[in-house]
Amino acid sequence: MSSVTANNSVSLLEVEDLAVEFDTYGGIVQAVRGVSFSVEEGKTLAIVGESGCGKSVTVQSMMGLIPMPPGRITSGSAKLKGHEILGRTVVNGKEIRGSEIGMIFQDPMTSLNPTMTIGDQIAEPLQVHRGYSYKKAFNEAIRLLEMSKIPEAAKRARQYPFEFSGGMLQRAMIAMAIACKPSILIADEPTTALDVTIQAQILDLLQDLQKETGMAVILITHDLGVVARMADEVAVMYAGKIVEHGMVDDVFYRSAHPYTLGLKEAMPTNDPSLQHELKPIEGSPPDLFSPPQGCGYCARCPYAMQICNKRQPDDTFLAEHHFSRCWLHHVSSPNKPDQLYFKEEA
Amino acid sequence: MSDLLEVIELTKFFDMGRNQRVHAVENVSLTIAEKEIVGLVGESGSGKSTLGKTVLGLHDKTSGQVKFRGEVLPQKYQAKDFRRFATNMQMIFQDPYSSLNPRMTIGEIVGEGLKLHQNHDPSIVRDKVAVWLEKVGLHADHMSRYPHEFSGGQRQRIGIARAMILEPEFVVCDEPISALDVSVQAQVINLLGELKESMGLTLLFIAHDLSMVRYVSDRMAVMYLGSLVEVGKADEVYFDPKHPYTEVLIGSNPEPDPELERSRPSTAIQGEIPSPVNVPAGCRFANRCPKVMDVCKNITPQLIPLKDIERQVACHLYT
Repeated sequence: MSSVTANNSVSLLEVEDLAVEFDTYGGIVQAVRGVSFSVEEGKTLAIVGESGCGKSVTVQSMMGLIPMPPGRITSGSAKLKGHEILGRTVVNGKEIRGSEIGMIFQDPMTSLNPTMTIGDQIAEPLQVHRGYSYKKAFNEAIRLLEMSKIPEAAKRARQYPFEFSGGMLQRAMIAMAIACKPSILIADEPTTALDVTIQAQILDLLQDLQKETGMAVILITHDLGVVARMADEVAVMYAGKIVEHGMVDDVFYRSAHPYTLGLKEAMPTNDPSLQHELKPIEGSPPDLFSPPQGCGYCARCPYAMQICNKRQPDDTFLAEHHFSRCWLHHVSSPNKPDQLYFKEEA
Repeated sequence: MSDLLEVIELTKFFDMGRNQRVHAVENVSLTIAEKEIVGLVGESGSGKSTLGKTVLGLHDKTSGQVKFRGEVLPQKYQAKDFRRFATNMQMIFQDPYSSLNPRMTIGEIVGEGLKLHQNHDPSIVRDKVAVWLEKVGLHADHMSRYPHEFSGGQRQRIGIARAMILEPEFVVCDEPISALDVSVQAQVINLLGELKESMGLTLLFIAHDLSMVRYVSDRMAVMYLGSLVEVGKADEVYFDPKHPYTEVLIGSNPEPDPELERSRPSTAIQGEIPSPVNVPAGCRFANRCPKVMDVCKNITPQLIPLKDIERQVACHLYT
């Protein structure tokens, strides 16, 4: 299994062949089936896919947030600055969660403790991870709220979550996540529950903070508009696997996997000269209780061939950082649809 | 085209006790022509859903009128009014999980309207339900199953079948796609489009996804804090917004095009939608508006037609 890595620099985070499954009453769900990617310092990786494709489970397993049992990491590794973090809480005497990797969640209303003031909640990781005194931590919390552009931070720090609006809560969550200056911030659908105007504010804030602190961001989303706005690199996930990975321009302008193309065509474009029909992807994602033997997208793919049903395709590299996992890219594939990008013949 | 539905100065307040009132919808006037799709957009809390429900009589009207084919609808619906108008007007709800009764089979859910309103023989109801399930892309033998056995997209199709089986003329779609994945959204939108063609439907399409509203609608109405701020042809409003709020809303909508996103400046505005309990005097958008003037803080602008183009805007910049 290969992973996309820059030539010289060591990646900040490197995930190799990660697989996660869950025991349920109905059987074993193979939620993540061999995912590899890497994240560079100061860059944003977007993981895109529909519900149930395994994007949240991927990052939760890195954060140690998978309940075990019923969850199980069956294979793979995740290395932060060269140190394995899967199944561990401490690297070189430093706590990973909340300290080296910060995380913000989709629903800020349910992710914060309703019985603690916002300031206390932000101060908590500083007291736990950095050994700050309560007073010092609380003052730092106020500074962090200011950094997250919350007006009247000193007053707001003494308020409870119910006194905040959704957008303000998401800012408070961001303040908490960056409290210990993490090198990676994981944002799991950070704006899905918010209105577009508030979404624009939060995305701007994330970009500003990233510029200031140089942290890497892993952004999980299903909104291609947000991806286009934020990402340097994109990984498209389907049925527990990454089906296409590349720089943002590669994935948008040189889409090489039928699923990526399908997602793009299912969305309305706002090009006034182009009045295209919405092309839905028919059917629904496969059942991960018994994942298909071949390519996971095969049943919905308009270009499916016989082999797609029988054998897993390999990654085909189209550029240094751009790969697609599809049989159409195999050298002996008889079919090369025009809509997809193929490697130019040398 | 003649007007099918006319909303005239419709107002809906909710009393919260202690002299507090939520000004959910205030003084909204809107006409919807026959076979037209009007998209209604705005942030959460702007009163879109309340407007849709008040038009259908699911909320009593505080003041104002709704006319359907020239007939004034009752201010407060009685059971007989629902029985009469439900065959003409229907609603598709936002959340396909909570809007289907988990104890009823799909056949009962979809057939209930027929049973109540048209007094058919059970076997005729069954046949019609079967036809409609096929029409929305499900199978006739799904009839005996329960809602939990279906995915979100399939449930939304069930909701559509339930609304359409009485062959209404006017349907309010309250965020029919926002709980669905991108790939499934397009399936539901295309289904609605096909039904609209074949049945000659008129739709009020409520959503917050601006690109989708532009794609679906003939006309677009933008709502802010209980009032309409701009109404016009969907494409024209999207590409040439006149009201500062519409401009902000459309500027905040990220496009799936990295080059475009890199090249355009961020239009994020400060602040959030104020509480509808204490509505500010004057223009409701004044405290967030980038083009605010003195007059905005005192006088509420009315929705007036512009001179050269087919557009109504409620803003002092155009008075």
